[in-house]
Parts: sequence; C-alpha cells; structure tokens
Amino acid sequence: MGEIEQMKKEAEALKTQIEAARKAVHDTDMASAASGVAPAPRVQLKTRRTLKGHLAKIYAMHWSTDNRLMVSASQDGKLLIWDSHSGNKVNAVPLKSSWVMTCAYAPSGNLVASGGLDNMCTVYNLKTPVIKTVKELDAHTGYLSCARFLSDTEVLTASGDTTCALWDLETGKQKTVFLNHVGDCMCLSLSPDMNSFVSGACDSLAKLWDIRDGQCKQTFLGHTSDINAISFYPGGNAIITGSDDCTCKMYDLRADQEVISYQDAALNSGVTSLALSMSGRLIFAGYDDFNCNIWDSLKGEKVGVLSGHDNRVSCTGVPPDGMCVCTGSWDSFLKIWN
Amino acid sequence: MSGSSNIVAMKKIVQQLRFEANINRVKVSQAAAELQQFCIQNALQDPMLTGVSSSTNPFRTQKVCSFL
Repeated sequence: MGEIEQMKKEAEALKTQIEAARKAVHDTDMASAASGVAPAPRVQLKTRRTLKGHLAKIYAMHWSTDNRLMVSASQDGKLLIWDSHSGNKVNAVPLKSSWVMTCAYAPSGNLVASGGLDNMCTVYNLKTPVIKTVKELDAHTGYLSCARFLSDTEVLTASGDTTCALWDLETGKQKTVFLNHVGDCMCLSLSPDMNSFVSGACDSLAKLWDIRDGQCKQTFLGHTSDINAISFYPGGNAIITGSDDCTCKMYDLRADQEVISYQDAALNSGVTSLALSMSGRLIFAGYDDFNCNIWDSLKGEKVGVLSGHDNRVSCTGVPPDGMCVCTGSWDSFLKIWN
Repeated sequence: MSGSSNIVAMKKIVQQLRFEANINRVKVSQAAAELQQFCIQNALQDPMLTGVSSSTNPFRTQKVCSFL
C-alpha cells in the first residue's frame, strides 16, 4: 500500500501547488477592477408573450439560431416548437418517455433532441413531412441532464452517470467520453469557437474539456453544492455557473480561478438556470424561489428581477441576437421578456 | 479487494493534477481588464442594455389602425 500513500501525498502537494499558483496571480478581483466602469442601467423588462400549451412542469428550453423558433420540454411528455414572434405552436413532438430533463435545437434548425430519466438522447428530424426519430443515442448509464448539437452530425451530452460524451449521429455511437467528474453532470456549455466545452456537476466542480482529445484541461473550485447551470461568456475567456449553494460565479479561464461571486444574503434559493445578454454584461439567473434575478456581471450587483411565474423558474435562454430573454417554469408557462 | 484498480485510479488523479498544475495563469487584473473591454465594446449592440424601441421590437403586439 506504500505506492498509494505516496501518490496521495503527491496529489495533496499538487493541489497545494495549484492553489498557490492561483493566489500568485490574484492581484485583484472583478468587482474591484470594475469600480471605474459605469453601472449597468436599471433593467425593467416586461412580459411580451406568455406561451401556454404545456400541461405539466417545463424542464428545459432552447432557442433556434434563427432567433424566432424555440423548443421546450415538459414532463407532460411533449416537446413543443414555438414561433416566439406570433406565440403560436409550430410543432409538437410526443416523447416515448415523459421524464424529460433537456432539449436542444440544432444550429441548422433541422433537428431537435431530448433526453432525461430514460438515459438516452433522442434526435428528431423536424423537416420530414412527419416528424421522425433519427437516432436514439443509448450508452449512458445515468439520466441525461443536458444535450447540445455541434452540427447535424455531432451531439454533446452530460449525464447523471458522471460522464459527458460526444456522439456521432450517423453511427449513433460515442466518439469521445469525457471522464473526470465524481458527481452527476448537470449542465454543459459549448465554447464560441466550438473547440471546447465546460460542464458543471454535483461534485460542485466546473471543468473545461478539449472536445477533440477528451482531455480535462482545467477544474474550477468554489461552489459548495451542485452546479445546475453553466454558460460561456461571449468572447470565450470566462464562464458563469449557477448552483444549489444559491450563488452564481464567474471563473476566468486564463487566470484559472473564480473572479466574482453573485450572491445576496437575502437570497436562499438555489440557482436552476442562467443565460447571458449578448455583450455578457447581464446575467439572467432563474431560482427556486420563482424569480429570475438579473445581475451586472462586471460589478456583481443585482440590477433587476423578472417576477411573474407561479413556480420555480427551471430554464432561461437568450436568442443569439440578444433581443429578449425567455424563462420557462414548473408552472407550465414560458414567458418572453424585453 | 480491488487494490490494483485503486492504484490505477490514483495514477489518473495524479496525472490530471500534474496537467492542471502546469498551465500558464494570467494575472486577474489583466484578465478582468480584457473582459471589461469586451463588454463595453459590445454594449451598444446589446438590446437588453440599450432597450428595444417598439418600432423594432418583434415581440411588441401589433396595434391595428382602423380608418373611421
């Protein structure tokens, strides 16, 4: 057992080394550095649309790249495709398993995906005369918490089995498996250049991965509970996370550490979801307390609230053109605000 | 007893930590300055910051004008 003891010692020494290296570059934090920046305007958004149609809790939503269509998933066993401008439902996709936890729109607009407690990611073609199941991606040994399309031929998934995976849609097989988390993976976000992604997990860690070689490149500490939501900052040099510990945090990738925490003593509900405005200045974070709080990402101050849901806000999303924010809730409604 | 699989697992942990320890880290002040610059440069294109005028808001309900 001497070898294991030695390795444990080396692991502890490396962790100490990493902590020291982070401290050495920690010459300020984001809020102090942003003291000269003009405050963000007080943000008062109005509900422009309330999308009614789901019959049970909404768990996920995702915007199409056309800034108009969006997909939502509910435990009523359906995916609904909405035209957000008219508020009309364009398509309904019945799911084999109603225990859905995630949905995604392919950048092309041709495909959508869903998954959940069935441990699978099912991909549907929206463009055939009748919506058809294209593939069932079946290899995870735990629930599917998040899925994102890289293209019409590649999908990234995060799972309760503690792994993430890159799938080839033509073969239906995993091309790369990302192993390193020791808790259920809950969320993922693709980098703007599509060469890497970040994942958040129940081990309270966020990790940065190289998509092609599967290597975990960086690990971000700081949260004290499950990370439920994660997003790349536009520009790709930072990430924002949201956690059951009731805080959101920004980690800078190049400084390799937490640079600001978005929290308030009065807030004691977990963060379920988050989305960023186009410039990254505003963070829209959904909480268990039925609200969506708006944070100034540079100064760490709360600058607005979106109140209107009658139950937990489970998902948020900003379309690529940044024209609005959509919130989805366990109250079965989606709301569009700007 | 899975003694050897524990050793393999420990080796992976140490390998991963060695990799992460070796990356270059940029000073927070520099990283923060560049993040701020990005935000400020893009602020004018951010509809959530500038506000959306009703004439260009695709989510504004269209009011119908009728001639009497």
